[in-house]
Amino acid sequence: MNLDLILGILQIVLIATTPLVFAGIGELVTEKSGVLNLGVEGMMLVGAVSAFIILVITGSYFLAFFVSILSGIIMSGLFAFLVLFLMSNQIATGLALTIFGIGLSSMLGKQYIGTPIDGLSPWFFVIFSFLIVFLVSYFFYKTKAGLILRAVGESHNSAHALGYSVIKIRFLSILFGGSMCALAGSYISICYAPMWQEGMTAGRGWIALALVVFATWKPERVLIGAYIFGGVTILQMNLQALGLRFPGQFFSMAPYVATIIVLVLISSNKLRIKLSAPASLTIPFYRGR
Amino acid sequence: MIRIITFLSTFLVFAFGSAYADPKKVGFIYIGPPGDHGWTYMHDVGRKYMESQLGDSITTTYLENIPENADAVRAIRKLADSGHDLIFTTSFNYMDQTHEVAKDFPDIKFEHATGYIQADNVATYSARFYEGRMIEGHIAGHMTETNTIGYIASFPIPEVVRGINAFYLAASKVNPDIKMKIIWVFTWYDPGKEADAANTLINQGADIIVQHTDTYAPCQAAQKAGVYAFGQASNQEEFCPDAHLTSIEDIWGPYYAERAKAVVDGTWSSGDTWDGMDKGMVVMSPYNTKLMPASLIQEAVNMEVGIKDGTIHPFTGPIYNQAGELVVPEGEVAPDGMLLGMNFYVQGIDGEVPQ
Repeated sequence: MNLDLILGILQIVLIATTPLVFAGIGELVTEKSGVLNLGVEGMMLVGAVSAFIILVITGSYFLAFFVSILSGIIMSGLFAFLVLFLMSNQIATGLALTIFGIGLSSMLGKQYIGTPIDGLSPWFFVIFSFLIVFLVSYFFYKTKAGLILRAVGESHNSAHALGYSVIKIRFLSILFGGSMCALAGSYISICYAPMWQEGMTAGRGWIALALVVFATWKPERVLIGAYIFGGVTILQMNLQALGLRFPGQFFSMAPYVATIIVLVLISSNKLRIKLSAPASLTIPFYRGR
Repeated sequence: MIRIITFLSTFLVFAFGSAYADPKKVGFIYIGPPGDHGWTYMHDVGRKYMESQLGDSITTTYLENIPENADAVRAIRKLADSGHDLIFTTSFNYMDQTHEVAKDFPDIKFEHATGYIQADNVATYSARFYEGRMIEGHIAGHMTETNTIGYIASFPIPEVVRGINAFYLAASKVNPDIKMKIIWVFTWYDPGKEADAANTLINQGADIIVQHTDTYAPCQAAQKAGVYAFGQASNQEEFCPDAHLTSIEDIWGPYYAERAKAVVDGTWSSGDTWDGMDKGMVVMSPYNTKLMPASLIQEAVNMEVGIKDGTIHPFTGPIYNQAGELVVPEGEVAPDGMLLGMNFYVQGIDGEVPQ
């Protein structure tokens, strides 16, 4: 193994993992406020297609990412309205959001399939993904606002009794999650594999969801977990290309197996507290009580 | 009274109108979206060709993005229940699902792409893509400078393994030093993963990327890295003009039109079709004149002619397997049975076929 080879592998890992970091950190913030949004895949796809379409029409990368993030805010805003104000079931609504996003993105992107574009260099976003993780971490553990957000996720009734607006805080957290998912999607369609193809996120939204559990709701661990998931995939590709005998199938399912193991551990209540799962996750908040 | 007449006339028009025209319903099950510019795209092009040829005598429907699991049974059954006369299931791993539904609908004709099990109402069809792989291998053997070929494989099924072997046999013939690096990605369709695999191969020194997956992400990655690539299923030159040497194009239209016509005429019978370049089912995209020397293009064209008239066969002996055993004796060609079940690498390829 020479240095160039290792640097090359590192580059590929960084490029491949970045969308997982964005989507994972976005979902983490949403879940920390006590809301589970299973619409990650759908929001990523809508983000990917809207960025692509705007880039084709205007040729401006800035506008592409701007509109993409806007689309994430709209999609997650819709979700937030349903679960926070209409008290709809978070799991069902999130799944519906994913299905809706898959359909909507296919419909919007129909005539843009196979339009060639110039991809954008991914490095700005790779650096930004690290930055955002540390910002979120700082926000959670070093600022008052972060403490309040976590309090809302732990016990919304207590937070409410202390005079904090549970709905407002959750709404903003969901919007942040949505914009990060859209950013992850647009990164995929503009930087990672510059094209629009239906369903091109290919399950990364679900991996991001698994990642949050795997990371036991800690920002730095999302980063570490994402790089374990991404790194393992790229590493097994390298081992295969070197001609080593290797069970590639096993590594395709590794992220999910790891997540299931963490879920099993969490299902014991004492551990749950240690693992810092938000206690109010998926529990709706009724203001009147 | 007027109402009754209107009703009756409407009824008569429908009753007799349908007796005269009675368009046959042809359904397709697609594994990906028709816009993938690869495998599914070419099946959809074939479907449209069939429509243009048969006009009003058929109507077509398709269901896209159908996973190769129990969902496929539901999708195929949905087409069968809604009165389709002929159903094409266009991926290898729809095999069991196709037969499961076909058993319950003996009057409906099924056509399973790249499969190998037939029934009274299930025909199979495929194209001899390996003929194209041979030409790609020949070109790669000449064009590579690092003597390293990167091959992105999808699933370890005979179709894919056959392509790898045909490619390697031709490439190693012109360039005995050639090395194959193969990555199995275990997906047909994931632009990100396909790009990762291409970049990994390029990083390990491959200067030609071959793919057996469905999107043009690998070709794009090759373009970006300044190496060569072969496209897949359709002509992908517009996405990677400086990398694209040629593609193997799958031309399904004439076959689809012929089979649908047989259903319309009532002459359909089950069978197994495996056509290649001679019947025009496998076609090479225009060779890239900017990248390839004219002499090499001429050689490729000559090979096409040879394959078409039967003087060249990609699997001509002697062929050895990795253990060094002679599997095809000198002067003979591999029988179709061996090709259809091919699950081993030929001698010279490193690694082993995942099981």
